Amino acid sequence: MNNLWDDSLSGFWSTWIIVITLGSIGIAFWLLYANRKTDKTPDADGNVETTGHAADGIEEYDNPLPRWWFQLYVGTVVFSLGYLLLYPGLGNFAGLLGWTQEGQWEEEVARAEERFTPIFAQYQEIPIPELARDAEAMQVAERIYLNNCAVCHGSNAQGGYGFPNLTNDDWLYGGEPEQIMQTLVRGRNGLMPSWQQLGETNIENVTQHVLALSGLEHDEERAERGAATYASVCAACHMPDGTGNQALGAPNLTNDIWLYQAPGQSVADSVRQSLRNGRNGHMPAQAAYIGEERVHLVAAYVYSLRFRD
Amino acid sequence: MSTALEHPTYNYKVVRQFAIMTVVWGIVGMTLGVILAAQLVWPQLNLDLPWTSFGRLRPLHTNAVIFAFGGSALFATSYYVVQRTCQTRLWSDKLAAFTFWGWQAVILSAVITLPLGYTTTKEYAELEWPINILIAVVWVTYALVFLMTIKQRKTSHIYVANWFFAAFILTVAVLHIVNNAAIPVTAMYSISIYSGAIDAMVQWWYGHNAVGFFLTAGFLGMMYYFVPKQAERPVYSYRLSIVHFWALIMVYMWAGPHHLHYTALPNWAQSLGMIMSIILLAPSWGGMINGMMTLSGAWHKLRTDPTLRFLVVALSFYGMSTFEGPMMAVKTVNALSHYTDWTIGHVHAGALGWVAMITIGSMYHLIPRLFGRTEMHSVSLIAVHFWLATIGTVLYIASMWVNGILQGLMWRAINPDGTLMYTFIESVEASGPGYIVRLIGGLCWVVGMLIMAYNVTMTVKRGEGARQPLPQTA
Repeated sequence: MNNLWDDSLSGFWSTWIIVITLGSIGIAFWLLYANRKTDKTPDADGNVETTGHAADGIEEYDNPLPRWWFQLYVGTVVFSLGYLLLYPGLGNFAGLLGWTQEGQWEEEVARAEERFTPIFAQYQEIPIPELARDAEAMQVAERIYLNNCAVCHGSNAQGGYGFPNLTNDDWLYGGEPEQIMQTLVRGRNGLMPSWQQLGETNIENVTQHVLALSGLEHDEERAERGAATYASVCAACHMPDGTGNQALGAPNLTNDIWLYQAPGQSVADSVRQSLRNGRNGHMPAQAAYIGEERVHLVAAYVYSLRFRD
Repeated sequence: MSTALEHPTYNYKVVRQFAIMTVVWGIVGMTLGVILAAQLVWPQLNLDLPWTSFGRLRPLHTNAVIFAFGGSALFATSYYVVQRTCQTRLWSDKLAAFTFWGWQAVILSAVITLPLGYTTTKEYAELEWPINILIAVVWVTYALVFLMTIKQRKTSHIYVANWFFAAFILTVAVLHIVNNAAIPVTAMYSISIYSGAIDAMVQWWYGHNAVGFFLTAGFLGMMYYFVPKQAERPVYSYRLSIVHFWALIMVYMWAGPHHLHYTALPNWAQSLGMIMSIILLAPSWGGMINGMMTLSGAWHKLRTDPTLRFLVVALSFYGMSTFEGPMMAVKTVNALSHYTDWTIGHVHAGALGWVAMITIGSMYHLIPRLFGRTEMHSVSLIAVHFWLATIGTVLYIASMWVNGILQGLMWRAINPDGTLMYTFIESVEASGPGYIVRLIGGLCWVVGMLIMAYNVTMTVKRGEGARQPLPQTA
């Protein structure tokens, strides 16, 4: 059965398809041909006499098929038979042109590669910081960004709930050219484990401690109590002073930037939620989608954002 | 209620019930359409509630207009036509009543389950398995009532309208049962027995034949009775009806794969879907020609008879959309039109221009006769409805052509460096004006349907008055 849904069919299915296709077209055509003429004579209005039976008072003339309609019908049949001769359709017969949709796609990709690769190859040679100041290159890069990155990071690159802002100086994995390249080529997987097992009291204490780290309004006493838990549980990734660790993608907790603060949510609630349920951020690897050359340009574009107002 | 004026041997009760529900469901389905059109202009109208979100209301709209409005119209007219042209009463009053209440139960289940999010995800076949079983039972009963009524006919000949109705009923039964074959998991969840490309192919074999048989063959049956009846002219050509009937039902079966051009469907299947869609042009136009030419010698009636105008304009839109269909099935055209608003425009050229117009024309002929009158309460309100419907349809399809071609061209436009010229969201933004025009077109339709509801109510009320025994003539 699987074989029926392939471009190479078994002999039986191939024959079956050819027979019912040509058979159906043949019958449809015979039907037309056999009924093309009427043996009755027209009346004064030019209408051929009725069939003689009436249904609820409705009679039926037996007029011949309109000539133009007959020709239209024949025309579509001839076109279709011609099409089946040239293109795949009749079972395993590939058609005289040897066309397939896969072949058409491959051809188009090859033509595009040929045309566009030189354009990107020239940029490939230029180091990212330099490329980031090339206005023309950045125009090309912006188009790639808008069509591939903006869906998450926003057309203004300011990110959104769960998607990092690329225009500030807060980098989860670092903002140097090599680090941006690595993010784009290989992708990133950010993982904050759930700390439900600490219990609600401890979660609340740690939350107050984290608010204190960013200098936000907090409960002094609870924040102090949370310090010990923070040191034993959180500091390993977020560092004892809370400044984070770019090698792990652990966010800086001292700059009042909150990746997972949902619209309308308080910072405290967002932190509580992170502690209770954990977080999982995923940046897909782009090299496989858009190719290394375009990744190089996009990296330069992301790098260039720091020069903007 | 007096039954004195009813034809003694015909069952008009079930026809009346379905005719009234046609108007009711028409208003419900089209109002949902207007809400969805408005949501595309102002997404806030989703109300941030799951039950009123676009994704859940859209299948409710399509089910309501196709199966509730269109379905009720087909039941009403087929039951009426088969009795009158076979000169016999429906085979079973009880089973006919069962089809009415069963079909309304199906619609009510759709109204409840679709907004709650129960869906098989198959387009035009979203209802879950328990409802599908009810549909199958009602439909097989319908087939039985209809075919047995033909069998006990008092006439020698089976009139052409009944060929189309019979083909529509039988084929829809097969389509529904095959496409909805599924393994139930819970009371409201099932998994299709097909997978991957086969699932897609079965779905569009069903989907396109829902158009071909439910929305075309069935309504051609309607056309073949109400056009000659309203025009009071003989049908143009008996042999044309033979040729186009058999060709239509044979070729439509093949057209489904044109919904799956440039997908995982094998090349051979795509090609066959394309060429059969092209061959379908002439058989489709056969119906249009036979309807239009029936009017020769009666064209002057269009000046005074807005009901006939509905029927004729329906045939024009039928001819237009059955030309557009084969054209869009051509791979190169489809590469531009597929996934754009052009498809939505094409569907509505058929759904509003053909299906709804032929239905409304038929109802304006049928309803006064069902309620013991010769004419609708107000002929001028029919004329107002006609213009609202025509203008609404033109606004709808023209705006979707513009949007569709705009989207298709924007998506494929590239810069000299090979990057896309427009992002997707820019094409959405550019579609905004078209969405507003579409909304206006939809509003014209709903207002027209409300006018119809008023006209029908008055006709029914006066009809009941007229059926009181009159002293002098009793």
